[in-house]
Amino acid sequence: MTNIAENTVLAPQRISAIAHAARVLKGFLRRRNIMLVFSVFILLVITGTGILAPWISPYDPTMGSLKDQKLPPAWIGERTTTKIVVDFGQSPDQISISKAQRLKADVALGDQIEVVIRGAGRTEFLLGTDHLGRDMLSRIIHGARISLILAGITLGVGGFIGTSLGLAAGYFGGWVDELVMRVVDIFLALPLILVALVLVVALGASFSLIVFVLVLFIWVRFARQVRGEVLMIKTMDYVALAKISGASTPRILFIHLLPGVINTLIVVATLQVSIVILAESTLSFLGAGVPPPTPAWGSMVANGRDVLKDAWWISTMPGVAILLTVMSLNLFGDWLRDTLDPRLRQQE
Amino acid sequence: MQRFIVRRLLITVLTILVVSLIVFVMARVSGDPRTLLLDDYASQEDYDDLTVSLGLDKPLFTQYGIFLRRAIVLDFGDSVVDEQPVSDTILERFPATLQLGLAAFIFSMVLGIPLGILSSVKRDSLWDHVGKVMALLGQSMPPFWLGIMLMFFFAVTLGWVPPSGRFEWSSFILPAITLGWFTTAANMRLVRSAMLTTLDSEYIKLARAKGVSETAIIWKHALKNAVIPPLTFMGVTLGTLVTGSIVAEAVFAWPGIGLLAFDALRQSDYAMLQGIVIFFTLVYLGTSLAVDILYAYLDPRIRFA
Repeated sequence: MTNIAENTVLAPQRISAIAHAARVLKGFLRRRNIMLVFSVFILLVITGTGILAPWISPYDPTMGSLKDQKLPPAWIGERTTTKIVVDFGQSPDQISISKAQRLKADVALGDQIEVVIRGAGRTEFLLGTDHLGRDMLSRIIHGARISLILAGITLGVGGFIGTSLGLAAGYFGGWVDELVMRVVDIFLALPLILVALVLVVALGASFSLIVFVLVLFIWVRFARQVRGEVLMIKTMDYVALAKISGASTPRILFIHLLPGVINTLIVVATLQVSIVILAESTLSFLGAGVPPPTPAWGSMVANGRDVLKDAWWISTMPGVAILLTVMSLNLFGDWLRDTLDPRLRQQE
Repeated sequence: MQRFIVRRLLITVLTILVVSLIVFVMARVSGDPRTLLLDDYASQEDYDDLTVSLGLDKPLFTQYGIFLRRAIVLDFGDSVVDEQPVSDTILERFPATLQLGLAAFIFSMVLGIPLGILSSVKRDSLWDHVGKVMALLGQSMPPFWLGIMLMFFFAVTLGWVPPSGRFEWSSFILPAITLGWFTTAANMRLVRSAMLTTLDSEYIKLARAKGVSETAIIWKHALKNAVIPPLTFMGVTLGTLVTGSIVAEAVFAWPGIGLLAFDALRQSDYAMLQGIVIFFTLVYLGTSLAVDILYAYLDPRIRFA
């Protein structure tokens, strides 16, 4: 015992300032505070730009001029290559004399000259332009708006349906519960992307169809989580007391049970936003999302696939936007869950 | 046990019915097949003949019955594009998809399990942080974007592997990583948390107190118990990996069923797409049903849950 006591007393003195700083830093990292601040910052930026898109976006996201196509981001310099001057340009490392003379007056056959094969980025297009000369930054800003609107509507409708059915299933039990939960099981087993493709081919891609498909798959998770919560809450004394004092069923459901599941709802909703954004961007990438020319992040990535070699930024930039948004939502959602509802932590 | 199997079977059959109903209803909504199949010179008689031969004169319910009976023997009609039977094309493309799915499955196990063990044993070490970052990226990175980035770096810029298509073994690498990335991260997280729980249990403490070596504790005592939950998950992912190949196949032009679905979408080939959807649903539900029953048989805790 004495040994341990001595160690505890002596320990702080042995720690150097550097080690102490390292320990504090490690503590921060372990609590994910830095990551949390980062993710909240990203989410604020995305939400802000999404809401303010029409006012802050530098250009019209659907209009471009072909003379500005495939311009690299502003910080990228021009790319040049050395070509040999020949009679007629044949291979990629050769240039015809007539073209060469337009670049430089005094060239002769057999000379080697520097030829610009890609212009430098310009500050008026911060993130460059796409294959149709549209400003990438404006398209990403408007893409954020589309994702926000989609996520908002989907979660609103899906959350409402899921929560109502979950409340009913949990509270009434019996055949209502059995019915709702079996439907939930079926929906969980449906292959989302494939069903979406069938609907798109049959009905044509549209904004409302995407909302419908996403709602179809989102409500299930709300229903399951809320039902589980209600099963627990409804056995509590205050619910029994409300019943004894003659509260009507709707009153018990909405005044007594619903507030009890609000925390769960917030957590589920936050984590679902990331799923909605990933699913929507995947559908857009496949060409089954919000139809063009509306700028959706997923279809922007798809646009750049065939011009990767000349213009890597067309695919890269919107993907970074998706990655940052979804990652921040996951980090923020995890933190919310740990803070609001420690019970959910065990389900990881 | 029997009750469990019956219940699982019932859900599976119901899900298949729901999918087939969606496909059937959408086929009727999408347009009149008669106008598609007949040219401008067709007479009223041709039209009526086709109505009878397609069964469109019967009530909708009977039509659905006919549709189901055909679907059971994988008869989905002919593709609008190449006029070949849809099921022939699907079965012809299936091996490519199966290979890719298996490659992704192996990748996700070979990388996910050791990394999970490493990050649980060496908690808060560099490995643990690498694992955490991987898990976060696995959850957050859109697979289609990952695929394109891999293609840009390793195929277009470095030229180490072919950018698309299905040729020698090196053409498997990028599509398999793209398809298996999410599963790898999930495997890693599951193994890590299961290992942490197990390493904290009483019998491990006893083994430590007895002086069993750390290697033996990890490999002989802890791993065997910790691996049950991830294994259950992996069984289910096998189905997901096969049916989830559409994105990876679309990015890398991998000639499997996923690419077939992608092309059918672009060409509005409904017959093909309905065949693929039903086929994939059968494969997916079949795999997860088999896995579930197998685990219920192996692990009594699942049976009675």
